[in-house]
Amino acid sequence: MDDTPNIVKEVRKSETATVVALSGDVDLHHAPTLHATLVNIANGRPKRLIVDLGEVPYMDSSGVGTLVEILRRVTAYKGTMALIGLNPRVRSVFEITKLDKFFTICDTEQEALDT
Amino acid sequence: MNEAEIVKLSIASHPKSLPVVRSAAERMAKMEGFSEQDANELALAIDEALANVIKHGYSGQPDKPIDITLSVLRSSTGDPGLCIVVRDNGRQVDPDTIQGRDLDDLRPGGLGVHIIKTVMDEVEYSCPPDGGMQLRMVKYVSRADDSSSEGERGTSQTDPKDGDHG
Repeated sequence: MDDTPNIVKEVRKSETATVVALSGDVDLHHAPTLHATLVNIANGRPKRLIVDLGEVPYMDSSGVGTLVEILRRVTAYKGTMALIGLNPRVRSVFEITKLDKFFTICDTEQEALDT
Repeated sequence: MNEAEIVKLSIASHPKSLPVVRSAAERMAKMEGFSEQDANELALAIDEALANVIKHGYSGQPDKPIDITLSVLRSSTGDPGLCIVVRDNGRQVDPDTIQGRDLDDLRPGGLGVHIIKTVMDEVEYSCPPDGGMQLRMVKYVSRADDSSSEGERGTSQTDPKDGDHG
């Protein structure tokens, strides 16, 4: 039995964006279920996908890699994707891997909607 | 070395074990004087090392043994640090072939060893004669007046036979 909790806390869809809020550590344990959920959402081809990491205290390369793959899917159909609410610890993983230059990283949802 | 300065952990190769080891490493690093950021980075490096063992050394099998030893040490200049040894019984790989990847590409995999190389001061993979792989890595407490570490982030580190199981 798969007892891995899904760390997707909320999915909100509007005309302008789909916002996916995560909650909990994103590591090798949780990345597969996160990947499956985000792929499913990306398959709906939202024009703008916003991933809210405000309640993610920790992320490793498994989580970052999952977001990279989703970014590639979204940009492939000409959509946009933004990350919001990164704490310094999570942001540093994007900086160490130099992926911060590929992602749109915003402080707030409104800022992501305005970009 | 004083035995009180050594922590040994034995875990199964299940991803559920990762937060337990992260917490222990982070706690020990802070006890030894690491800053919040350095302790976080040390925990991240251990997490990436264990994830690589699980994914590549054991091909995702969740019930294989991994031993982690954390020990206090001092550099030749007297700076305190932590040495972490990760030992598994998984597939052996020539340490010289373990490489990080070009970060100019936007793709998901191959980031683990880059992270380890970047945040640790010393990294060395080896193939013990009785099988499996061993990763030894060291991080020293950053000096308050050491402003170079941030600027050098992402550049190659001295030595290590670093590499990427993934």
